Amino acid sequence: MPLTDSLRDDILASVPSLRAFAISLSGNGDRADDLVQETLLRALANIDSFQVGSNLPAWLFTILRNLFRSDYRKRRREVEDADGSYAKTLKTQPAQNAHLEFEEFRAALEKLPQDQREALILVGASGFSYEDAATICGCAVGTIKSRVNRARSKLSALLYVDGADDFGPDNTIRAVIGGSGG
Amino acid sequence: MGKLERVMKDVKPKQGGLNSEIQSRIGHQLRAMYDDVVRQGVPDRFADLIRKLDEPQAQNPAAKTDGSE
Repeated sequence: MPLTDSLRDDILASVPSLRAFAISLSGNGDRADDLVQETLLRALANIDSFQVGSNLPAWLFTILRNLFRSDYRKRRREVEDADGSYAKTLKTQPAQNAHLEFEEFRAALEKLPQDQREALILVGASGFSYEDAATICGCAVGTIKSRVNRARSKLSALLYVDGADDFGPDNTIRAVIGGSGG
Repeated sequence: MGKLERVMKDVKPKQGGLNSEIQSRIGHQLRAMYDDVVRQGVPDRFADLIRKLDEPQAQNPAAKTDGSE
């Protein structure tokens, strides 16, 4: 469809969550904003292929995810060449107001396999249904569900290993060991 | 690998699912991290970008890529 005022407004309204998704994927604010910019350019260039009444955020997220993945593949090669210097840039703090807790959580998130991380973010943070997340990732709904479950298991394991102070692992472990009857 | 497995065993979930307290903490952290960015709104950079691309082509030839030569 042509770029109407309301469509343009809807695209703009998606920018905050596109940025949040991009930052969660890339762990790097500058790179995330470049991704969002590329996503918007690509979306506007292909606006004719967007179908009226379909899910605009899902369409935009699909574009962003595809861009990220092709970009990621490229960078992966660079990372191997650069021998860890890219990993160092990942550790620099991406968001200004992040608490220590956030950083630890983010670090754990970055340790997840990409497939699992994106599934967890789409469902657990962006608020997409499993069906929409499956469309965005180009896979089956069941695949998304199992990725989300594996991501959650792995995160809980990682956060226990790293032991965020405020996370209260002792209490939680005690609760688990002691049974859920409480 | 062994370390992770051991930890997973220590926090062994009941009924095949993750402990619900852990799950809700993870969900909360995830949304807090995400919403932190969402709350930043639309940076000018993107509002400007869309506005520029939306201008009439005559004034902004860069907006259209098809060269009609």
